[in-house]
Amino acid sequence: MELLKLARDSGEKVDLNALINAIPYAKFIGIEVDQKGTEITTVLRFDPKIIGNPILPALHGGVIGSFLETTAIIQLAYESGGEFLPKPIDITIDYLRSGRPQDTYARARITKHGRRVANVHVEAWQDEHTKPIAAAHGHFLLKPVDKSTPG
Amino acid sequence: MDEKTIKENLEMMREVLISHVPFAKAIGMEILDANEGEAWIRVPYDEKLIGNPDTGVIHGGVITSALDNVSGVAVQLALPERMAIATLDLRIDYMKPATPHKDLTAHAQCYKVTRNIAFVRGTAYHSDIEDPIATCVGAFMLAANRAVISPDAIAKGLPKKEGI
Repeated sequence: MELLKLARDSGEKVDLNALINAIPYAKFIGIEVDQKGTEITTVLRFDPKIIGNPILPALHGGVIGSFLETTAIIQLAYESGGEFLPKPIDITIDYLRSGRPQDTYARARITKHGRRVANVHVEAWQDEHTKPIAAAHGHFLLKPVDKSTPG
Repeated sequence: MDEKTIKENLEMMREVLISHVPFAKAIGMEILDANEGEAWIRVPYDEKLIGNPDTGVIHGGVITSALDNVSGVAVQLALPERMAIATLDLRIDYMKPATPHKDLTAHAQCYKVTRNIAFVRGTAYHSDIEDPIATCVGAFMLAANRAVISPDAIAKGLPKKEGI
């Protein structure tokens, strides 16, 4: 990805809001990045279209999953300094509380950063960080398989 | 469930679980077919769903949304009566990237219902279910809250506040 390559070549960290804005789906569901130093918090702005249960009302589980996955990708793109967007291999989402119709926040922690694969843990919350609405852990492929290397 | 009930349920699912779910509507989701305890849905390819601007491949989250939604529909179709359900967890395995410009199909089957929990597995693919883009397994809590999405509840249009 051009943005990531530019950041890597100049030896600087990638502009995460520019990265988010370059991903149509992240923009569509309303993800923003709030970066304070090296600490990254993603924000899922509430919009009526991300509702999944109109009676409660509650956010759509798929949107919460998408938000957690994107948060993991952003954290990896920031820390790993590669020129490709990390690709999800698998992700397990635990839904802990229903997502109320308001802004949601998330943070990711890289549990293990391997050469090809990283394991990431992500948590999303609304009012209180200590009361997460969802958590996820998953594996991400950091770079395409190098076809010149056998095996 | 006899065939008539299934067909009635299918109509109700179309009406209630897709057209009244704002996010399902926002991504153009539609129910293709359904049976007792299983359902098929489609999400048409759209540029706003792209996750990798270099390749035009849709975002993994779109697949998560499709699988989560179709799993919920499959659970509803496995239950003897309409009740509120809540996703407990969902594990997605991504097997290959979706092909740009192709619609996404997702199928889910609810293979076990206990007193409190329903278990589901699902597959996302383009046209051949034997060539999956992703698979999922999930567990749903039954009678999770009082928010049954029923035609009555929608007609009243009033949120019934009740947590999980």
